[in-house]
Amino acid sequence: MKLKPNIATSEAGFIFNPATGDSFAANPLAADILARAKAGLDAAAIKAGILECYDVAPGQLEKDWDDLLAQLRDFNLLVEAGSEERGAGNKK
Amino acid sequence: MPTPHSPLPASNTRPRLTVAVTGLNATDSPGPGVAVIRALRESTDFDLRIIGLSYEALEPGIYLRELVDKSYQLPYPAAGTAALLARLAHIREREEVAVLIPNFDAELFNFIKLEPELRALGIHTFLPTLAQLDARDKLNLAAFGAAHGFSTPASRPLHSAFEITTAAETLGWPLVLKGRYYDAAVVHSLAQAEQAFARLSGLWGMPLIAQQFVAGQEINIAGLGDGHGRALSAVPMRKLTITDRGKAWAGITLEDEALLALARRFAEATRWRGGFELELIRTATNELVILEINPRFPAWIYLTAAAGQNQPAALLRLALALPVPMMEGYAVGKMFVRYAWDLITDHTEFQQVAALGEL
Repeated sequence: MKLKPNIATSEAGFIFNPATGDSFAANPLAADILARAKAGLDAAAIKAGILECYDVAPGQLEKDWDDLLAQLRDFNLLVEAGSEERGAGNKK
Repeated sequence: MPTPHSPLPASNTRPRLTVAVTGLNATDSPGPGVAVIRALRESTDFDLRIIGLSYEALEPGIYLRELVDKSYQLPYPAAGTAALLARLAHIREREEVAVLIPNFDAELFNFIKLEPELRALGIHTFLPTLAQLDARDKLNLAAFGAAHGFSTPASRPLHSAFEITTAAETLGWPLVLKGRYYDAAVVHSLAQAEQAFARLSGLWGMPLIAQQFVAGQEINIAGLGDGHGRALSAVPMRKLTITDRGKAWAGITLEDEALLALARRFAEATRWRGGFELELIRTATNELVILEINPRFPAWIYLTAAAGQNQPAALLRLALALPVPMMEGYAVGKMFVRYAWDLITDHTEFQQVAALGEL
């Protein structure tokens, strides 16, 4: 999972896409996952960290992980494999 | 009184400058004047005296005394250029107006026509040419798009309500009916269209414009053209709240190179001179469709200053033939939320505006 580099996130779970003006609210667990992704961790490392910090079964995590990814993809927040980024250079 | 071609006093540290601005109707369908003045007030170049030019005694900007130092009423645009020039000459005898910034579509024709006479009075403007004004007219938008490779909705003029049915057969339902200068309605049936036709033609005259409805995200771009093909500034904004009159009541600046490229292409294709606003729809397939091109700053123009590109202040410099560098970068995610505020004034002030035409 790789968030687009211009996507802004906050600890409180606020997500902002500056290309579209869309904003979203993530629950605390999703916010934690996004923070780890923004920090550069890959999927395996994020999942390992979540299993360590939260009382969640690996199977449940996998299911929720897939749901989260599907939503992020729907909302156009992820870098898709082979896709080109647009509009990276105008932020002050 | 300064000479016509040297509007600046000798001092080079924050010289005093008088600027006249129209469009003071900061109501639910706001004119850009108050926002333009607010941005101008943040200019570090000049110590400004602002003259408000109003058409009606209840335009709120007249009473915003912290923004407007003095205001004068103008004759309505329908009175013609002679009446306007006479009034401006009268004002010029009393005020050292160096720059005038008109902000209404309907008045631009007269101000552009009067540019040489205004210059002779020492009043500088920086306006599009009549050809530029005409090319982007709602009636000519589709032809303009075709000529320059911009995507625009199909449209056709409506000279009578009887033409609605034919327009709907060509353009489909829903249909967007637009007033010549302002206002629009999305209509889904003949009955709705006839009702909207009566309202819009009564308010704005004929013809109306029937435009194909385009679904998607509403985005506006405020820009400033140097008249030589460059967009010195462009700031895109997505509408976050839209009033029932279609006005942006909240918006946020966006980061998208495609939007900036579109504004640059527009300035290049038209060699646009002055402020402009592109009203766009971004469709689900990411196509940018130009719905309207406004030949002036929009009412949300203060957001450009707040985001780091003060377009009204730059226009002031252009009017004075001072250099304006290309403005690069702006704060992305900068928001405006418009609000209504009860401005308290005294009946004596209203009486003075109503009776004497100035305050």
